[in-house]
Amino acid sequence: MGRTLAEKLWNDHVVARADGEPDLLFIDLHLVHEVTSPQAFDGLRAAGRRVRRPDLTLITEDHNIPTLDIDKPIADPISAEQVRVVRRNAQEFGIRIFSMGDLENGIVHVVGPQLGLTQPGMTVVCGDSHTSTHGAFGALAFGIGTSEVEHVLATQTLPLKPFKTMAINVDGELAPGVTAKDIVLAIIAKIGTGGGQGYVLEFRGAAIRALSMEGRMTICNMSIEAGARAGMIAPDETTFEYLKGRPHAPQGADWDAALAYWRTLVTDADASFDAEVHIDAASLSPYVTWGTNPGQGLPLSANVPSPADAKDDNDKAAIARALEYMGLTAGTPLRDIPVDMVFVGSCTNGRIEDLRAAAEVLKGRKVADSVHMLVVPGSVKVRQQAIAEGLDRIFMDAGVDWRFAGCSMCLAMNPDKVPSGKRAASTSNRNFEGRQGPGSRTHLVSPQVAAATAVVGRLASPADLEG
Amino acid sequence: MDKFTTFTGVAAPLRRSNVDTDQIVPAEYLKRVTRSGFADGCFASWRKDPGFVLNQPVFANAQVLVAGPDFGTGSSREHAVWALQDFGFRTIISSRFADIFRGNSAKTGLLTALVEQDGVEQLWKLIEANPGVSISVDLEHKLVRCETVTLPFEIDEYTRWRLMEGLDDIGLSLRHADAIDAFEAARPSFKPTTSARA
Repeated sequence: MGRTLAEKLWNDHVVARADGEPDLLFIDLHLVHEVTSPQAFDGLRAAGRRVRRPDLTLITEDHNIPTLDIDKPIADPISAEQVRVVRRNAQEFGIRIFSMGDLENGIVHVVGPQLGLTQPGMTVVCGDSHTSTHGAFGALAFGIGTSEVEHVLATQTLPLKPFKTMAINVDGELAPGVTAKDIVLAIIAKIGTGGGQGYVLEFRGAAIRALSMEGRMTICNMSIEAGARAGMIAPDETTFEYLKGRPHAPQGADWDAALAYWRTLVTDADASFDAEVHIDAASLSPYVTWGTNPGQGLPLSANVPSPADAKDDNDKAAIARALEYMGLTAGTPLRDIPVDMVFVGSCTNGRIEDLRAAAEVLKGRKVADSVHMLVVPGSVKVRQQAIAEGLDRIFMDAGVDWRFAGCSMCLAMNPDKVPSGKRAASTSNRNFEGRQGPGSRTHLVSPQVAAATAVVGRLASPADLEG
Repeated sequence: MDKFTTFTGVAAPLRRSNVDTDQIVPAEYLKRVTRSGFADGCFASWRKDPGFVLNQPVFANAQVLVAGPDFGTGSSREHAVWALQDFGFRTIISSRFADIFRGNSAKTGLLTALVEQDGVEQLWKLIEANPGVSISVDLEHKLVRCETVTLPFEIDEYTRWRLMEGLDDIGLSLRHADAIDAFEAARPSFKPTTSARA
């Protein structure tokens, strides 16, 4: 009986196994940021414990940091305190940290891959649900809570309950203008925000194989929005090509040994999944969300749904509540919805390819007067790359507010927020009530749709700009 | 962590599905570096609405929350659990919980009792017919009781045992210190470290 990729990774990391207890798994890489770690370090201090493997741990500052005036002290005293505390903890426990202003600073899920620290066959954890991003490399990567952060700091292991496996087969070829973001929004709309619960998802099929690493990261990033424990994609030549030569990638004989191992990291032909989902890539078009959870998404060509379309009473109440919060009327074409703000960035779509995609749409065009558009690179390195390619000029010529790196407007923990009652098209991952600021209204979109929307002033795709 | 065996407290109905962790505690409350004092952040945005169920005086001291399916979706913030506990909740009842939220709850002693949706509906009706009514949670027998209704709930055996014993996870894992040492010694040399490379 063959094994799935996820099962192989699990078995390769079991430290201890006993009847009636969860398996104890070794953690290869522990990423840490300032929001979910202070109480964990406090716990260590209280118990007199040390960090077992500082050399497998890395800290970045991302959630709280401003994307303007980064040469000045952080103005918000509470944000400043959180950053001060994480720096103190890094020093006290001997952990490498990329602070605001450091060339390697950026969103934790952008930094790991760009350094080559995220590699196939690894277990990767972070006190952040979007750790699933790293599954794009064929790693078993998942978000953990603060108690678990403390647990990994102290033991470099985690006791984990077994998971089920789900294959998400995305066959066929995407139409031009349809992206990884549209694939994952369509998947979540299909299986729901709880559809992946208890499962590790493996994204498979020709449309997945055809994606760049950036696109694969976008998809795995949002696995958590389907409720999944993790999402992953088997490594292939695209993965190896991306990794080769990165600062922390194996070198020389280690590279050859690693490559030989990585090539075994595929689901066996005779393995079976606990569940399978099929999506025809050719049937997809640009997706946008209309509601207040990531499963409430539709093709851009659709209309705002009605509570009367609901499949049950719970769903009916959820639709009605979402429409009220979003200030939308059932039956309105999604393309008729005007937006006030556009945000390109986040751990979902803040990589160089995402910025290139937005720039391509904006080149020679202007952001509508009614729209404030932010473009926020996911890391300092992404920002530098964008500048080297002249993307910053395209953005500024178009009237974009071009910022420094950080989590920015994704989550309302720093100065970048969507004001109450305002509507944003965002390339981020969550459209929850108040996610981008109290009273904010969010439509999740791809970078291409975000850029076209900024030009038109209403939800739009690049195709709407032609002719 | 306190031992959890049986518990009885006033129950509050939250007739909403997909209660995400941004609703349980908004991000602005995550900036604290302490472990306690999150009560004011619990459902902060919904509590601004005077009609919100937890604003009704009869539920002011509620300790059991009966919520719709997919409770605790979204962000991994353990602050959501701390906020619920600081607000006074000891048990959350729902027909479906998000995985990370449920794991976090187990770590800090908040019981998440998985009850079939039919049962949740029964509990909602009982509470709404008699606001202020209590629910008893019996972890030993995995039962919730409300007036004449007794319903089974699901929880995995290991979590149940840990909650009933009040055991600390790190201590449990460190029983395997030798196995961790052995595993580390056998790791391939190509695995990366975070140390700076020339």
